[in-house]
Parts: sequence; structure tokens; C-alpha cells
Amino acid sequence: MTTTAGASAALLVLADGRFPAGGHAHSGGVEAAVRAGRLDDAAALERFCRGRLHTCGLVAAGLAAAAATGHDPLALDEAADARTPSPALRATARKLGRQMMRAARAAWPSAALDDLAAARPRGAHQPVVLGVAAASAGLGPPDAARAAAHESVSGPATAAVRLLGLDPFEATAVLARLAPEVDAVTAHALRRAERVAAEGTDALPAASAPLLDILAEHHAAWPVRLFAS
Amino acid sequence: MHLDHPETYPQRHAPALSAPDPRPDGRRRALRVGFGGPVGSGKTATVAALCRLLRDELSIGVVTNDIYTREDAEFLLRHAVLPPERISAVETGACPHTAIRDDISANLEAIEDLEEAVGPLDLVLVESGGDNLTATFSRGLVDAQAFVIDVAGGDKIPRKGGPGVSTADLLVVNKTDLAPLVGADLEVMARDAKAQRGDLPVVFTSLAQADGIAPVATWVRTRLAAWTAAA
Repeated sequence: MTTTAGASAALLVLADGRFPAGGHAHSGGVEAAVRAGRLDDAAALERFCRGRLHTCGLVAAGLAAAAATGHDPLALDEAADARTPSPALRATARKLGRQMMRAARAAWPSAALDDLAAARPRGAHQPVVLGVAAASAGLGPPDAARAAAHESVSGPATAAVRLLGLDPFEATAVLARLAPEVDAVTAHALRRAERVAAEGTDALPAASAPLLDILAEHHAAWPVRLFAS
Repeated sequence: MHLDHPETYPQRHAPALSAPDPRPDGRRRALRVGFGGPVGSGKTATVAALCRLLRDELSIGVVTNDIYTREDAEFLLRHAVLPPERISAVETGACPHTAIRDDISANLEAIEDLEEAVGPLDLVLVESGGDNLTATFSRGLVDAQAFVIDVAGGDKIPRKGGPGVSTADLLVVNKTDLAPLVGADLEVMARDAKAQRGDLPVVFTSLAQADGIAPVATWVRTRLAAWTAAA
């Protein structure tokens, strides 16, 4: 698939933190990490984001790239389930996918989005929806993968600013320092997504972050919390 | 800012993006009414009193938007104003104003899920977490909104204005029973509110009194009648 004229600007719309797809209510594990005493400053945020990028971020980027390529989103949705052992994180991914679907159908209506919404009315995994949305916006797999990888660290950085009163300039500098790694993860995810046609979804990255899984399960059980995940 | 005429509610959504209106059976979808306002002004108490008064005549659902998860929803559950399956809590990531104005997707989903689980609903009350004077609901989320302030928050609030005070479809000035105790002048509040709001309605309530919710309930019934008639 080729990127069409104007598609670069569409990526800015899709990856904007203000895109109304529910991300603002999620910390990506930061709230639980802060409570556990594992994250209390910008340096720790950078370590946290780097870990998340190379695990969850890589997996999400691979799924998004494959979905934007046009591979069966339902097979990719199953592949996402297989890569998400934590029930809390599965629920979060589907909830965010449902919200992304609503925003994407408003922004870039398409038969592909309608079909996926009809097949998964309670929501498909968010990176899969993101990939289909990217294609509907005229974007290609590289942009879909890059948006997913970027999102895997931008959400946590914003949450850390709210939770810790962290200097917002420091948090943004963390994201800027991670940008080359976001590009590298994007490239890695793309190479894997290109193998899906021949090898199936098993070719996609399956990196895991057990501590994020455990933190997510703890977090989901808290009676009082600021973020949904 | 564009404000809808109070009697008509043009359809704002393609069916793919929000609950279809009218429903497949030809009835209108539930009227959605937002309740916003500062922390502690009595939004939850207002919603609870409305539910108690209207629950026998209307099918009601409530969506709360807490700063901390489920606090307000649990108040409503504890006081058993509605069966638990009619109350849904949206988590807002420390930003209730974002969830009711800038990114309304979680709230729309909560409403649709309530409709699916216990519908058809006549009325959905969407309560914001306590926020500042600029927090208003998106018109993509609610059809009408009330802004709840209280006399103990200071009788200067109407004069300060802000989008909530000046543009909400109804301004509720609550806890009037406390006015003598906190030195609040209700006439000054009424005059300042009039200056900010023109002809938009203002009601003064004291939920400590029997039937103290009546002025708000009357407003809700009027909106609902207009909504149903506009089918």
C-alpha cells in the first residue's frame, strides 16, 4: 500500500494526543508503577518508557502495521489476545479499540472500519483498530507502526506529569530522546509484519513485559485510582 | 458560541457514532442531561434526589465521571437511588472535563451499554466529577446541561461567570438553607446570574428540605416533554 497525498498530515491527526479515542484516561501502567515506588522522576520515566516501547510498543506496532497492510483484522485480533496474558490489559485494549473505532469512523469512514466494528462490537484490540484506521486515512504500514510505537510511550509520559507533578519539559525531553528508538522499533515491527503474508500472524513480535502484566492486575483491583489502567 | 434553541434538538450524529435517534422502533433515544459544577456543590445529591423522585415514572440511567474511580457511583449505590445495573462509572484519568468535553468516547459507550443492558431508557443523567468553573459538557454527549453551584462556595460565583455559569441550560444554586450561616446574599447571586445568563433559567434549591429538588425536576420534565414532542 502506498501513502497517498496529504497522508502525512493525517498521521499528525491520528497520533495527536488530543485525538478523542480515550487515551487520556489511561496511564499505561505508570500509576501502578508510581504506587509501587518504581517510578518517581524523569530518569525512571525514561527507563519505564524504554521498557514499554521495546515490549508492548513493539507488539502493538507489529499488529498495527499488519492491519494497515490489509491482513485479516480478526486473525490479528486473536494474535493480540495471544500476546496479552493479563485479562485486565486485554479488557483495556478492547475498550480503547472500541473508542478508537468511534473516532476513526468519524474521521475516516470506510467499509473496513464498518466491517471490523460489526464483527467486534465490544471492541477489537486497539493496535488492530489503529492499523485499519491508518489505512482508512490513506496511511501505510510504516505510519501505522510509528503511531502505535509512539503511543506506547506518549501516554505514560503524560500520565507521569499528572501523577508526579513531573516537569512537563522533562517528560517531553524523555520522548524526544526515545524518538530514534521509536523509529527503530517501527522498522523492526515492519520487517516482521512483512512476513505475515507468508508465515501468518506467528511472525509478528511477541515480546512480553511480565511486570507490566502484574502491575496491571494489581491496578485493576484497586478501589480508588486516578487512571483506568 | 452557538446555542441550540431550547425547544429543538437537531440530530447531531450519524448512527455509526452514537446511539441511533430515533430508535429502530420509532421512539426517540433517551434524553441525556449533564450535571456539572465545582467540587462539593451537590451534583451527586441532586442526581440522587432526581432519581428518587422520577424513578417510578421514568426509566433512568446514570453515568458518573469521578476524579477518583467510582466514588460518586458508590454514593448512589449506597443510597440505593437506582438498581446497580442502572449506574455506570466512567474513569477519567484525573481529568473529568476531558471525559465530558474533549474526548467523550468513554461516556458515549457507557450510555450505550446502559441502554443495551437495561433499556429502553427515557432519561440518562450524566454527572461530571467536580471540576472548575470552565468545565462544560460537549453537545455531542448531552442534549441539555445543568451547572450546580452552592451558596457556601461564595456568593461571588455567578458574578465571576465562566462557561458553566453563563451558558448552561440551567443554573442551580444549591444549599440555600446555608445562606444565612455563610453570609451569602441570594438576591445578589440572582442579580449577577441574570446579568451573566440573560433569559436562561436559574433555580435556587435546598435539598435539605422536603421536595427541595422540585425546581430541577420540573426543568427536567419540561426538557423531556420537548425532546419527546420533537420526534
